[in-house]
Amino acid sequence: MLYNEPNPLETRILTRRFGLENSASIDTYLATQGYQAFEKAAGMKPEQIIEEMKISNLRGRGGAGFPTGMKWSFVPRASPKPKYIVVNADESEPGTCKDRLLMENDPHQLIEGTLIAGLAVDAHAGYIYIRGEYRYLIEIVDKAIAEAYAHGYLGKNIRGTGFDFELYTHTGAGAYECGEESALLESLEGKRGIPRIRPPFPAVAGAFQCPTVLNNVETFCAVPPIIRDGGAAFAALGIPKAGGTKLTCLTGHVNRPGVYELKLGFPVKTMLEEVGGGILGGKKLKAFIPGGSSCPVLTGAECEGLTMDYDSMAKAKSMLGSGGVVVMHEDTCMVKAALRIMRFYAHESCGWCIPCREGTNWLRKLLQRFHDGMGQRSDIALIGDLAKNMLGRTFCPLGDAAALPTISIVEKFYHEFEDHLNGKPCPYEVGQTSRSARVLQDPQATDPLTEESNA
Amino acid sequence: MPDLVTLTIDGRTIQAPPGTLLIDAAKRSGIEVPSFCYYEGLTLAAACRMCLVEIEKMPKLMTACTQPVAEGMVVRTETPQVAAARKSMLEFLLANHPLDCPVCDKGGECELQDMTFRYGAGESRFTEMKVHVDEKQWSPVVFFDNPRCILCYRCVRICNEGMGVGALGVVNRGVVSEIAPNKGDHLECDECGMCIDICPVGALTSGIYRYHTRPWEMQHVGTICTHCSNGCKTTLGVRNDEIIRGNNRDHSGVNGEFLCIKGRYAFDFYNHPERLLAPLVRVNGTLEEVSWSKAIETVAAKFNEVRGRNGKVGVIGSNHTTNEENYYLQKFARQVLGTENIDHHRTGDVPNLLDALSGKTGKLATTADLYEKKAVLVVGTDLALEQPFLSFQVRANYRHHQAHVYVVTAQPVREDQYAAASPRVAAGGELDAVESLRDRLQAEPELVVVFGDAIKGEAVRRLVDFGESLGIPVHYVCLVDYSNSRGAVDMGLLPDAAGGLALPEILAAQDLDVLWVVGANPLRGRSPAPAWGGRFVVVHDLFLTETAQAADVVFPAASAYEKGGTVTNVCGEVQRLRKAVGAMGAKPDLEIMGLLAREMGVAAEMGPWIPDTVFTEIRKNVRGYDVPLPVLEMGGAAQTAAVNGRVALDGRPELIRSAHENLFTSGTLGRYSKVLNSVVENHGNR
Amino acid sequence: MTFSAELENRFARLLTSYPPGRQRSAVIPMLLYAQDEIGSVTPELIEEVARRTGVTPLQVDEVIGYYSMLHKKPLGKYHVQICTNISCLLRGGMELWEHACEKVGVGHREVTADGQVSLEEVECIGACSWAPAIQVNYDFHHFVTPEKLDRLLDGLRKIH
Repeated sequence: MLYNEPNPLETRILTRRFGLENSASIDTYLATQGYQAFEKAAGMKPEQIIEEMKISNLRGRGGAGFPTGMKWSFVPRASPKPKYIVVNADESEPGTCKDRLLMENDPHQLIEGTLIAGLAVDAHAGYIYIRGEYRYLIEIVDKAIAEAYAHGYLGKNIRGTGFDFELYTHTGAGAYECGEESALLESLEGKRGIPRIRPPFPAVAGAFQCPTVLNNVETFCAVPPIIRDGGAAFAALGIPKAGGTKLTCLTGHVNRPGVYELKLGFPVKTMLEEVGGGILGGKKLKAFIPGGSSCPVLTGAECEGLTMDYDSMAKAKSMLGSGGVVVMHEDTCMVKAALRIMRFYAHESCGWCIPCREGTNWLRKLLQRFHDGMGQRSDIALIGDLAKNMLGRTFCPLGDAAALPTISIVEKFYHEFEDHLNGKPCPYEVGQTSRSARVLQDPQATDPLTEESNA
Repeated sequence: MPDLVTLTIDGRTIQAPPGTLLIDAAKRSGIEVPSFCYYEGLTLAAACRMCLVEIEKMPKLMTACTQPVAEGMVVRTETPQVAAARKSMLEFLLANHPLDCPVCDKGGECELQDMTFRYGAGESRFTEMKVHVDEKQWSPVVFFDNPRCILCYRCVRICNEGMGVGALGVVNRGVVSEIAPNKGDHLECDECGMCIDICPVGALTSGIYRYHTRPWEMQHVGTICTHCSNGCKTTLGVRNDEIIRGNNRDHSGVNGEFLCIKGRYAFDFYNHPERLLAPLVRVNGTLEEVSWSKAIETVAAKFNEVRGRNGKVGVIGSNHTTNEENYYLQKFARQVLGTENIDHHRTGDVPNLLDALSGKTGKLATTADLYEKKAVLVVGTDLALEQPFLSFQVRANYRHHQAHVYVVTAQPVREDQYAAASPRVAAGGELDAVESLRDRLQAEPELVVVFGDAIKGEAVRRLVDFGESLGIPVHYVCLVDYSNSRGAVDMGLLPDAAGGLALPEILAAQDLDVLWVVGANPLRGRSPAPAWGGRFVVVHDLFLTETAQAADVVFPAASAYEKGGTVTNVCGEVQRLRKAVGAMGAKPDLEIMGLLAREMGVAAEMGPWIPDTVFTEIRKNVRGYDVPLPVLEMGGAAQTAAVNGRVALDGRPELIRSAHENLFTSGTLGRYSKVLNSVVENHGNR
Repeated sequence: MTFSAELENRFARLLTSYPPGRQRSAVIPMLLYAQDEIGSVTPELIEEVARRTGVTPLQVDEVIGYYSMLHKKPLGKYHVQICTNISCLLRGGMELWEHACEKVGVGHREVTADGQVSLEEVECIGACSWAPAIQVNYDFHHFVTPEKLDRLLDGLRKIH
């Protein structure tokens, strides 16, 4: 089902079946050009498929934005080892809720994307790693997989092409870190989600130490339209160097939050005003996170003239990320935002490397104390300093993900930290519940979310 | 040799083989890149981030522990950026660290202290609450203090990879991640203490050593473990003439980083309260303490009397005494007492192996060969339990060199985890199973054959014939039980081929005038004790063993940790013992024998009872023992030269019986080790 | 241990879903599905999963504390998970959490005395555009207000 009304400014490529009756069923899929891209790809040479992907300028939709065609081309097709397709459906970047809709409303598009990837790299098995909380989606995707088997789109000698492909779902069990590709592969192997040392990259040694194509759900879902209508058509939707559309999740202080499929290069202002219906309560925009909580935060002023694409965001010293847009209006306490973001990273740090494990936790405690009104002026610099000490030095990008928003908030909203030195505990928490009240009663209170084990 | 890669580190041009990790290449050129989690020989963790260095053309600092060298690479390890990164890592590490250095066992030899001293900040900016977890005891010998743990995962990796035990893991996530034992709240493992040894901080501490002393208060004496035959170097920490701990402080022995529970903790038998401190002489049926001179006089008089009338003497030597003592003993027996009735508890068929190899040279494997040769065949022994260091070597060979390991045993063994083949056989079927592996073994470039007491007598010859028929270089190890079992054979604590009573016959003979038992307990487990009539029994031992209880005179003997001399390990490697502590009341067996010789008036004939002088004589007279002295002097291991002639045999392989000591037993010494007993009890109670 | 026929079927499928010798892959799914059936990860379950997948119990234990959905202590029949992460925070997620704690009378990962309801403050559950969001067991509830939450909790009470 859909959770928000579509918007006329959307360009509906990946979401074009959303809203159709029984959109998840194979009958609907087949009636709307479903699996035609697979039939077409089966007649193409693997290099042609990869070339088409390169032409499409599709870049990974999980957050890192690596060119997909290039990623596929790294897989050694000639390797005697089996190759695997792995779908990263561990959607858990705060602010991001798009893969959920793709799997819920059009699971066959995802299945078809994995099949084409299989053709491209000579893989005959795939795993869809779905976060544990999305149990209902596992059921939906399992049902779709069963339908695909029943209709001969999975299994042996698919549609007489001689191509075999088995596809499985695999449930996660609650770990943000498993969205990192190498940690996901460890998790898929039944272990703790600790990222792997790279190189070797998954293209060479991925699932079960075999060559693997690992992409985000949205990336795979873009494959059938690209192959069906040609890479050039997809590329033309976007801007140079970044083709196609991007599912964008508008969250936070907007009037019409929702998931919208927008062309790459879509203006931020238009997105907020016309797609999102403007800032909640007609207030002023204070801060803007373009693509999930890992991105550096932008101020309202920085959003002027900004467009939703990789280069534009890089120019603004942020990232397009996963498409999780977080909008914060003028009444937001940025210290509280920084705190909540840091609590998340402290909770989700896998604990493997020192700077991330200790840095996130230290910052979490420090920000909590600061927000509770027990901060000192020197703490402000310390917050920025500790975040910078994590930046670029951790084992995996989680440390950067924790550091970047923190650094940007301290830099851009320095005065809000200063305000906390004067107005105790939080000068911005008007009419809001405060954890602070409780914490002030017991300054030694620990944070059960991050400091207790479930075991 | 593959082409070397040329790179620049800190302005110095360096060459290293391709694939070398930057941290190793730097180290070999004298540039130390700090790290906690990197440990040579273990899988990479890249967790501590201490080894971050600058590499030209790379946007971020890179971990030197994961970066292979590359042609033209330009690396800087001491820039302000690198220094700042190191300092920040230490600051993060110390944030939750309890900083209880003044009472921490590791204080003074703690890598975290050292790194902080070199790279860290003198002050802390951390003012939040630290995460605290109470200390836990995981076994009699392993304690875990979680807050001190820096999560370098060395312990987990050494237990998994090095030991093949896998008793340690990581539980929870993030800042509450912690190392956990395999049985929830306790360990069930080899209790080897490798995890404690490898811990860079005071998180894992030893139940034996903890809170006993400061490291700088000890002298460190590197000697050879007196338990099993593997000949591991153990460094004894001594304070006020007391052994406080054992470890392998400088990794300089054949065993490198390895030690098992016995080498690390089971030195404690030496100050057991039941240790004999004065000679005992039987007076009116009971053993009474007497002076040394009285005891020596008594025995010398008896020996001279029996010698004067050509009386019948039996001598039983030890698996633990030094080569010098064994040599002196057999010389005493043969030259002074005129007897060939000399034997010891035989634990492996070394004579038949040496004889089967006669005419060949360089056929005996060293402990290093087990790590280096491309293939290893283990026959009829549970290596991991009975020969822990050899097992460690073979496992490391598999881990580092992908060696092919073949195991032929009756029961499943730990080597099965990685063995290329492990056929199970009924006792006696070993050689057939070995034969079934012929094709695969023939395809190996080289092989080490390790066999236990299941293979003896004719079977040894057949095994050697098999090995020599493979057409590849084959080296052999005949397993024996104790720290100098091999030396006992080499020194001649065996009746020669011409005859002489063997051990059971010596015990059973009714017409023996004197029985002299030096450091052995042949009556153990013999119930009832044989009726010995009027024989005069002299026993040297540390404890009042079953045999000592039957003696007329008991000499309190010094242990291996209280004397010098040499011992020969299972692979024929001679190593030097160094005296760690003085023995109150007891004397080394060599000295006791020397005092007897002097008292008997045969001192000139026997020669000085100085270990070095005796060893000089051994080098002259014992085949294969002409080993280079500097190697021994430097604390190294010198393998006895391979045999090249026939060996005198008494043809009694049925007398060979290994005690099959396991990880937690060690004959008499084990019975008096509180540590070993506590571990056995602890495992038994679970 | 014995499980329902349905769970046994799922286990059987899981154990054949991975390449030969890679049955360890089934550890986490098996734990989660079994936990759904028996209420928590018990020591017996750890042993059982270890046995069936050919790993050591310690290797199973290692993953339990890592994955936040797995728990050794039983939770309520209705496990109410309230997201307070950034997008929900901005739309009143924290107030919702505080409200729930007050109303139910338990805190994070605590269970009511009758064992019916437990609460958990959770990280982003992927419902950011429909915040604040909660999950009761595996069911999502979007745009939740304190009043809606009250009705929901009262409804759960009625069911039992």
